[in-house]
Amino acid sequence: MNLSALITPKNLVTAAVLIVLGLMPVLTTVFDQPFYLDIATRIVILAVAAASLNLILGFGGMISFGHAAFVGIGAYAVGIPIYYEYYSGFLHFPLAIAVSALFALVTGAISLRTKGVHFIMITMAFSQMIFFLFLSLEEYGGDDGLLIWSDSELFDGLALDDPSTFYYVCFVSLVGVLLLLHRIVNSRFGRVIRGAKSNEKRMSALGYPTYRYRLVAYVISGALCGYAGALMGNFTNFISPDMMGWGRSGELIFMVVLGGSGSIIGPVYGVLSFLLLEEFIPDVMDLFADGAGVYWHLPFGIILLLVVLFVRGGISGFLNRLTKR
Amino acid sequence: MESALLITQLLNGLQLGILLFLVAAGLTLIFGIMDFVNLAHGSFYMIGAYICGTLVYLLDSFVLAVILAVPLTLVVGYVAERLVARSIYARDHLDHVLATFGLILIFDTGVHLLWGAEGMSIPLPDWLQGQVAFSSTIEVPSYRLAIIAVGLAVALGLFLVVTKTRIGMLIRAGASNRTMVQALGIDIKNLFSLVFAAGAAIAGLAGMMISPITEASIGMGNDIIIVAFVVIIIGGIGSIKGAFIGALIVGMIDTLGRSYLDQLFKLVMSDQNAETAAPAISAMLIYILMAAILAVRPQGLFPPKVR
Amino acid sequence: MSVLLEIQDLQKSFGGVKATKHVSLDVLEGEVHAIIGPNGAGKTTLISQLCGEQMPDAGLIRFAGKTITRAPFPARARLGMARSFQITSVFQDMTLLENVALSVQAHDGHSFRFWKRADSETALNEKAMTFLTEVGLADKAHVLSREVSHGEHRQLEIAMALATEPKMLLLDEPMAGMGSEESARMVDILKKFKGEKTMLLVEHDMDAVFALADRISVLVYGEVIATDKPEAIRDNEAVKRAYLGEEAD
Repeated sequence: MNLSALITPKNLVTAAVLIVLGLMPVLTTVFDQPFYLDIATRIVILAVAAASLNLILGFGGMISFGHAAFVGIGAYAVGIPIYYEYYSGFLHFPLAIAVSALFALVTGAISLRTKGVHFIMITMAFSQMIFFLFLSLEEYGGDDGLLIWSDSELFDGLALDDPSTFYYVCFVSLVGVLLLLHRIVNSRFGRVIRGAKSNEKRMSALGYPTYRYRLVAYVISGALCGYAGALMGNFTNFISPDMMGWGRSGELIFMVVLGGSGSIIGPVYGVLSFLLLEEFIPDVMDLFADGAGVYWHLPFGIILLLVVLFVRGGISGFLNRLTKR
Repeated sequence: MESALLITQLLNGLQLGILLFLVAAGLTLIFGIMDFVNLAHGSFYMIGAYICGTLVYLLDSFVLAVILAVPLTLVVGYVAERLVARSIYARDHLDHVLATFGLILIFDTGVHLLWGAEGMSIPLPDWLQGQVAFSSTIEVPSYRLAIIAVGLAVALGLFLVVTKTRIGMLIRAGASNRTMVQALGIDIKNLFSLVFAAGAAIAGLAGMMISPITEASIGMGNDIIIVAFVVIIIGGIGSIKGAFIGALIVGMIDTLGRSYLDQLFKLVMSDQNAETAAPAISAMLIYILMAAILAVRPQGLFPPKVR
Repeated sequence: MSVLLEIQDLQKSFGGVKATKHVSLDVLEGEVHAIIGPNGAGKTTLISQLCGEQMPDAGLIRFAGKTITRAPFPARARLGMARSFQITSVFQDMTLLENVALSVQAHDGHSFRFWKRADSETALNEKAMTFLTEVGLADKAHVLSREVSHGEHRQLEIAMALATEPKMLLLDEPMAGMGSEESARMVDILKKFKGEKTMLLVEHDMDAVFALADRISVLVYGEVIATDKPEAIRDNEAVKRAYLGEEAD
């Protein structure tokens, strides 16, 4: 492959984003802005979740409106053991992945029998069930949420309560998940789920039982989201059913679409832009009128609308068009 | 005493079912005819309540306020249709979900800007505040009966419009077979605007009627819209009859589940377990119902005949 | 020759209309068997029952020794029935090579591979390439399928059907929407496999049918009125009558 062919706007932006994200702990220390490491950690964790959602949404054409449930399950898979004073990360992370995979398997098996809007709504219904389940589990805080007073313990010398260390664990996880997804999408299996999105009828004429492949993709996506949830549980130290409401699932979808659902890296751009907007719109509004920041959902909603109306293919699609020009 | 409570709960279930129907009716038609997923439909429920509340304070008459607020909500719906919905009907469901999610944020913040973050309580006129006594032990607030009566009247009116009029015929035809209506040379765009705005107004009416009981608040629409979606998915997308029956089922099951599930559970498990499990399960009940119905009948209970 | 596809007394009606009336038909191994008939003869209904898109009201379909009357299409495909669609149905966002590779992969049955890049699997690509070459599309292997012409889509359809290495090709109007030059090219392509692959060909283009078919069955109003060699069909009085009533195409 020609080297200059690799220097496209999209690849440059990707490289820049990954390098800046990779250097965040250093940058925030140098500029003495620890708060931004906080935002960066959140971005990286949500990027894992959004990229996982994108496997089924962007590549498999399955619009899950309930993926926040997996994030929540993953977070409670850290919170509940810690509540019982089991601190090992070797318990938390496998548990998060296993429980979300199981939940994905059971709900996916039912949901994937439906199509279109019915699929959107049934995935939402299942996540609402989990939402209300945790809302009513008073032992674990109910709607007041659950305090996680410790972090998962992994190896000696890998202390997750150190912000920089924890950030690098998340960052390596993100890179690992992106690599994994890249391989999956381009593998034989990935071709099958992309084929099923593009032309289901032809797939079954070729002899593919597409349901099975979709279900496996759904389980992979759910399990990875659960993993993101376990990271989130370690990050926030406070979890509540609020993180699995349908609005959260909607936000995840928006992050994916904003970044560009047709690409592996797209959701990372999406999460990045989403969280930066969320962080800075209120500040900018406060500059114009004191206290105006509380109304930040207004410009945010308008931006969301404009993106849907006018930006096809999200940020990633926009960068691709720059390349073609 | 026991039967008095049961009757009260049944009436509550009926009332919830009817309010749900008013929200679901527009939703199912918009969905059925235009294949448009409108998450922001619940916002009209909220906006109707706020407009009505403001008019109550201005005019000092609840009934007059409702009569004026309905057409005003219709206008809001019409504007939303022309500005946003119209340009994305042809897109896929994902775009609908996102754009209307954006609309929710805009409407919610708009209400926040205009009316503040606090909820707005709406006073009822004296003549609606009494109780109607059916027997010495059974008393029902007359306002709840009024809600049920108005809701049933609107449902009946809607049903007559959809089944007996020319517009209704077009709507039904559109719900089952969109291309056919276009082939008839009907200006489908106007039909869409009409259905969208009318649906918004009816949802608004539901919001106006409930807010004297609960108060108008930001986010009230977002709580009901999801349940309304459950209703139309259970009932079968595009079907008014399905929405009506689905709404009553959901209203009853939700209300009765919350009051009686623990007693039911106590028959099969220990009291303590029953008291822990019942609230969780009763909140999940309608979603369990929907998942079960979709697992057996993926098109819902009453799907429109031709697709 | 042994019977590969056996249709016995198949019946299907919609409301009061009988679209398929007592259709019985044998397709022998290795033959090209064409089904022709005037518009509204029930060809589409018959095909969709063969594919499992519609279930017959009564009757029996046996394929390669198995009863498949009510089997879903993926199961039929795995028994060796490959189908080309009347309306082009390919994966528009993939290259021609990827389209065919997906078909090869369907046949060799290793689709739960998550890590290895499919485009670096030499054996898979080479195999896909041979099928593209056979239908004359080798030079467009790396072009996106949305960017090729209608005629080339039809050729791709054939390559995809062939790539599942089927026992029988079910060709649903492979010449639909083609000009005479493109049709002639398609006939040439299909001729290459004559004698090698069993084909069930449903087609309007009579030149193509008579150039390819070993036997022809004529379907009129849901009934097979004749099954015979092409010359015999040409001279068959009942067939002439059926067609003269419509158009002598």
